[in-house]
Amino acid sequence: MAEHAIQVQGVTKVFSGRTVLDAIRLDVNEGETLVILGGSGSGKSTLLRLMIGNERIDGGDIFIGHAGKSLGNMTDREMDDYRKSLGVLFQSSALFNSMSVADNVALPLREHTDLPEETIGIMVKIKLELVGLREHADKMPAQLSGGMKKRAGLARAISLDPRILFYDEPSAGLDPVTSAEIDQLIIDLNRKLGVTSVVVTHEMESAYRIADRMVLLDRGKFIISGTPQELRESTDPLVRQFVHGLTEGPLTDRRRAGGYEVDLLGD
Amino acid sequence: MLLLRPISAIGSRAIGLLEFIGGLGYLLADTASSAGRGLFSKRGRRMGWRSLWFQMVRVGVRSIPIVVLVLFCIGAILALQMSPILKTYGAESQVARIIAVATFRELGPLVSAIVLTGFAGASIAAEIGTMVVSEEIEALEAEAINPIRFLVLPRVVATTVMMVCVAVVGDLMGVAGGLFVSRTFLGLSFEQYIRLTFEAPKVRDFATGLIKAGVFGMLISTLACYLGLGVTGGAQGVGIATTRTVVLTIVALITVDLMFTGAFYFFGW
Repeated sequence: MAEHAIQVQGVTKVFSGRTVLDAIRLDVNEGETLVILGGSGSGKSTLLRLMIGNERIDGGDIFIGHAGKSLGNMTDREMDDYRKSLGVLFQSSALFNSMSVADNVALPLREHTDLPEETIGIMVKIKLELVGLREHADKMPAQLSGGMKKRAGLARAISLDPRILFYDEPSAGLDPVTSAEIDQLIIDLNRKLGVTSVVVTHEMESAYRIADRMVLLDRGKFIISGTPQELRESTDPLVRQFVHGLTEGPLTDRRRAGGYEVDLLGD
Repeated sequence: MLLLRPISAIGSRAIGLLEFIGGLGYLLADTASSAGRGLFSKRGRRMGWRSLWFQMVRVGVRSIPIVVLVLFCIGAILALQMSPILKTYGAESQVARIIAVATFRELGPLVSAIVLTGFAGASIAAEIGTMVVSEEIEALEAEAINPIRFLVLPRVVATTVMMVCVAVVGDLMGVAGGLFVSRTFLGLSFEQYIRLTFEAPKVRDFATGLIKAGVFGMLISTLACYLGLGVTGGAQGVGIATTRTVVLTIVALITVDLMFTGAFYFFGW
């Protein structure tokens, strides 16, 4: 049986009375690329935020690594150590706009290691080369295109050689070619660095390309978990609609049952 | 029930205000507790001092020309306003003394603080607010970098230190404004004016002014960081936070100034 990198056990998250995640269970295996699928507002980004410790868990717990360290009971210091062992690529890339690309990548190294500047400089070049941005090291984030920002964000995410990489909508807002390039980069990094990857997305094409395994989240609950092949062949109407992007199905029915007449004409 | 409504409204306002002040105090305490690691540890010296220097230049140095202009004018205005009244008592030379005490104790620190609010406070709030919106604060947290130590600490220390420096400049410019008017229109000589200026105020006047300036600097930057970090809802949220920072800071400055002045008065300082 594969080792678990992360175990999500019965996690619940409530935002101002609305249950966003409802007793979620999820195992992320060591070394795999897991794709979490879901529509807008399905709770997938919240799940990612919970897993990286940027959001408090309201119920259940998340366990990390072989030791099964509980995320809910970590001290500040343990949380810092955990965060140093992971890399996150945010949806907006979240580059620090006041720093050059190289300084962005160097920041975690400067903050968390005692390495001399020359060594940091070399490491930054290596990371930037891995994402294909070495010649853009001195540019400011504002001078980069969307795809380049993602690459730079990725270089920063891998600067401390993380064991787990999280991606929040890596292909959102990118053209199909750039999106495919980023996907290829995710696959390459996974192979070269031997990391575990957790990708949150709603882009099926991209998901099929990178996933070893996929789960589909809907209204705070998992509907299905399986290989890309299994999801594609699923007969569940909701899964079918999402995976194939159909205009008719439970998802659209639900939206249609949203009480338009009542809204328009009153009770 | 209708009668109770205003009372409950006042109550919820009061609770809101207390929560706000509590949050501000909490942020300040957090900032103070991160100072050791942020500025004096080995990595702190490498990272912290550089950003501290950068912030000091940004907050202080750039606002000096405005403070120079504003306080020079205020010194001149004071001299022009007071001279007719003083003339009726034949005490024109007292202009120097009054301007000195008024500037050192009150106007130098307060007016510099108001200029700095527009300069540093607004830009800090907008900057940090934008960082919240563009997920930069979350990214810092995800990289195990404490945003308080990394962003708030250098800004609070820089603003506090620079506020004191700027207040000194402001004090001197107020005197210079008064001197200009007195020499040109009131017939006081340079030597006479300077002698009277530095004869009247004691070290205490100067010191209380600078203590106030330090507290003002801390207030400006903490409020700006607090409101910036609390931004929600995109560009509009940043705009709201920036406006609120300027308004609330000026209200807070005047209130704190009154409290200080009251305390100094009762202690006879």
